[in-house]
Parts: sequence; structure tokens; C-alpha cells
Amino acid sequence: MTDDLRELYQDVILDHGKRPRNRRPLPAANRQAHGHNPMCGDTLTVFLKVDEAGIVREAAFVGEGCAISMASASMMTEILAGKSEAEARALFHAFHTLCTEEEETEVAENLRDDLDRLQVLSGVRQFPVRVKCATLAWHTMVAAIEGHETISTG
Amino acid sequence: MNVVLQTLPASLYDVNRVRADFPLLGRKVHGRPLVFLDSAASAQKPVQVIETVKTFYETEYANVHRGAYWLSEQATRRYEGAREKVRAFLNARTAREIIFTRGATESINLVAATWGRATVQAGDEVVLTGLEHHSNIVPWQMLAAEKGIVLKVVPVTEDGRFDWESYETLLSSRTRLVAVAHVSNVLGTILPVQDITAAAHAVGAKVLVDGCQAVPHGVVDVRAIDCDFYVFSGHKLYGPTGIGVLYGREALLRAMPPYQGGGDMIASVSFEGSTWAAPPQKFEAGTPAIAQAVGLAAAIDYVESLGLESIAAHETTVVQYATERLAAIKGVRLLGTAKPKASVISFTLAGVHPHDIATILDREGVAIRAGHHCAQPLMQRFGVSATARASFGLYNTRAEADALADALETVQRIFG
Repeated sequence: MTDDLRELYQDVILDHGKRPRNRRPLPAANRQAHGHNPMCGDTLTVFLKVDEAGIVREAAFVGEGCAISMASASMMTEILAGKSEAEARALFHAFHTLCTEEEETEVAENLRDDLDRLQVLSGVRQFPVRVKCATLAWHTMVAAIEGHETISTG
Repeated sequence: MNVVLQTLPASLYDVNRVRADFPLLGRKVHGRPLVFLDSAASAQKPVQVIETVKTFYETEYANVHRGAYWLSEQATRRYEGAREKVRAFLNARTAREIIFTRGATESINLVAATWGRATVQAGDEVVLTGLEHHSNIVPWQMLAAEKGIVLKVVPVTEDGRFDWESYETLLSSRTRLVAVAHVSNVLGTILPVQDITAAAHAVGAKVLVDGCQAVPHGVVDVRAIDCDFYVFSGHKLYGPTGIGVLYGREALLRAMPPYQGGGDMIASVSFEGSTWAAPPQKFEAGTPAIAQAVGLAAAIDYVESLGLESIAAHETTVVQYATERLAAIKGVRLLGTAKPKASVISFTLAGVHPHDIATILDREGVAIRAGHHCAQPLMQRFGVSATARASFGLYNTRAEADALADALETVQRIFG
């Protein structure tokens, strides 16, 4: 096995990929969006329950896809709980940079630990066609916050 | 890749000599020898095709059907010579039945937009199959939306066969067209297009056969099939991209309105009105893909020099061996096991998404396709969103089938 494969398929990713957390519908959700990656046909729906103060109380998703997309969605739903919509957006931008660029990603101090957790997905940088697998859930989450019903990464 | 075929004498089909004709197959990917198993998407090119196109540009290139000068006449001879080559390849009656297009997709769209628009009326029916490529579904959906016709779909059986009994019940006096793949691009199933055509003709329907996955793997005879239209793409037949073929029965082509308007497709033009050239020019507006047509002719020469029957025999032994190796791997599910079958193996691996399989295989040098293969209805039929697909060409070996199987074992190691 090559080093970049080992980097991509770390144990954390394989674990989240096989046993995604929060993979269920969320009937109480007041934000939701459907994401689609036309290249591979993967689709997923992200559900958010956001309170009046704009804080994400609960996040969940349904969908099927590769280990990378499932792990990314799973970790995202864990991280989002308790975050404000603005923080969710900031994390999306930081995560996107993490998946595509080599430079150190800037993020507010209180989000540092979350971004460090997401570092395990940075292996996709060596696999350009897989970046969208990692970012689909996040794109869909932002679409849900912004009130869009569907998003396609095509 | 030192492989000695057990079932064919090396003098009949020397795969190592064949491989030497394909410069790209000698390269490495991620430091590993390339094992190219995606010829159903697009085949690699032999040096004979590459050199023919290069030499044509360097010594004989000019626009066709125009100049009164020697070079244009020479280029026209080569272009029309390519048309005659395709005619003989398909055993069409006359080269007037061969239209050059950009590819099979454009060929099907051409038929839908010209014959379709001029022929079908609301309530008419077009019969498709559940294993069609999107290119043989969407043009008919567009025609259906425009004309109010009804699409009927022949189901696919669990083992990947065309369901003949359903087909017979779907045919009726309302059927105008039956549009079917000759070979499934996902399952490799070979459809009984000759019988399908006879049954369609019995109810007065025309037949279009999508031959993209058939022409690289065996002899095709449009007169024996008796179909009305037959389409294929050059790039899957070891030829250039940007060139494809529409065979159409001459009487139909004469009756069909033109496709695109422009130069080369007219008899005369005035502002009061224009008249059309006869087929095939009527359907070839604008400057065509001249060098690509010449390259396609070289590709046909190439496969004929090896012999399509020898190619088919070779590929069959490799595919059978690969099928055995894959079937022996725990967790592998093969889709479409019905015989007869051409050079495609679609499979899934329990607990691993096809996209992850393809990424890991790629790092081992093994190029396969993962996804829906432009056949989403067929994916739904088998209850999967995607499959992994290994497709074989005239240059693949048993050693490459071993490399595929070994790489799948690496996938299983990673995913535990």
C-alpha cells in the first residue's frame, strides 16, 4: 500500500465510513438541503435543527456514498452541534482550504480543535478527484443554512 | 506482462506483439505498470492510428468537397475512402448509407431530431431496454416531451438478460421505433438484435441499434441484423475521438429532413430557399472531422488485420479468467452473468464503495471505472448506486486480470 493511500484511509475515516454517526432523518429539522455529486452519483440530505439564537442544536444526514463522503458527513454532524451558523460557515471555508491547499488554514481560536479533528480528511489533497467526496456534505450544509433546497457539486 | 495464452497458439494471436503497438500501455502510473481496464469508456490508440493521423496532417491535409486543387481532391479521397472502409466494416449496401458524426451520441440525436420529429405523432411508442446508456434514453425522452409519444422499457432479468417475453408484449401497432444496445456497456450482455429487429419489423416499427460496445469485440453485419439504424463511436474502436458513425437504410436517409444547416449539406442556396444535398452530405453540415475519419479507417484496418474473430476469442479467454478470479474473492458480487457476454465485468465488493475501490486500484496502477456508467436506470434495477467496472480490450492479458484480483485483495486489507 502506498503512503498516500494510508494517509487517505486512516482508521478514523474507515471507522466513520463504516459506522457513520447521526445517519438518520431529523424530523425536528428546520433547515435541510439535498446534495448531489453528478460525477459519481452520490446524493445525501443534510438536516439541521437551528434554534432562535442561530445555534445548531442538532445535525444529521441520510445518504450513501464512499468511505470519504460518509466519514466527512459523519464528522461534520458531530462537530456542528452547538456551533452558530456563522461558525459553521467559517468551518466550511477552513475545511475546504484544508482539502485543497497545502498552506496552513486560518481559523478562529475556538474552532481550532474542530479543524484539527478534520485534519484526517486532508489526505484527499493527493487525490483531486476525491475532494468533492469530502466536501459534498459541507456544501450541502451551507446550502441548508442559506435556504437552498438542492445543491450539485457538478 | 509475459503471458502465454493456453487456449490459442501464439501464432494466431500474440498479445505481447499487439501490446507493443500501443505506446501508452508502456507507461507507468504511480510507479506501477499501467493495467488499463477501461476500454469500454474509451480505448487506447495503436501507433498505426496515431501515425496515420500525423502523416495525413503532414502530407495530405486540406478541406474536403471544395477545392479544385490536387490537395483537396486527395483529402477528399481519403475522407470518402474512410466512408467506404466503414461501409465494408458494417457490410452496408452503399457508402451513401454511412454518415459521419461526432460520435454515437450525436448519431442517436440525429435520428431523434430528424427521423423522429418527422415521423412520430402523439400516442406513438418507442421501445427501449432497461440497460441502455443515457445516450440512448435522453434523446427519446426529449422527443417524447416534444411530441407526446410514450416510452416503453423492456426490463432486464436478474442475470442481466433482455426479457424477451416482456418485449413481445410491449410491441404493438403503435410502436414506431425500437432502440436497443447491441452490447450492454455495464453488464456486457449481448442482445439478440437480429431477433429483436425481426419482431419489431413484424409490427411495422423501425430499429436503431447502439453498437458502441459491439464493434470492438466482433464482426457486425447490418444487413444480417436487418436494422434500420446502427451507430457507434470511433474512440471505443481504437480510433480518434470526435468521429462516430450513423448507418441508416438509404431510403430512410433520403426521406429524412436534414439535421444541421450549413455548408456541404446543400444542393443550392438562395434567399428564396435552399435545397438539400443527397445523403450522406445532407447530414454532414460544415467541415467534418476529416483527419479523425482517416484515423478511424486506420483503426478499422488495424482490428481487421488482427481479425475480429481472433480478438473476440482472445478477449473471451481473458474475461473468463478474470471472472473466475473475481468470483473467488469473498464479498464480490458480479452483475450480469448471463451468456453471451462481451468484454465487461461489473461488480461490487461488500462494505466498500466502488469509488474507494477505484482509488485504491489506481494507486496499484489498475485503471477501472467506478460510478453509474451513464446507465442510472440499470443501477436502480440492481439496487445499487454505482458499480466498479473492469472492461477489456484486445490488448489485455491474463496477468492483468491477476493484477486486478490482487489489487482487490489490497482493497480488502485496507477496509478490513
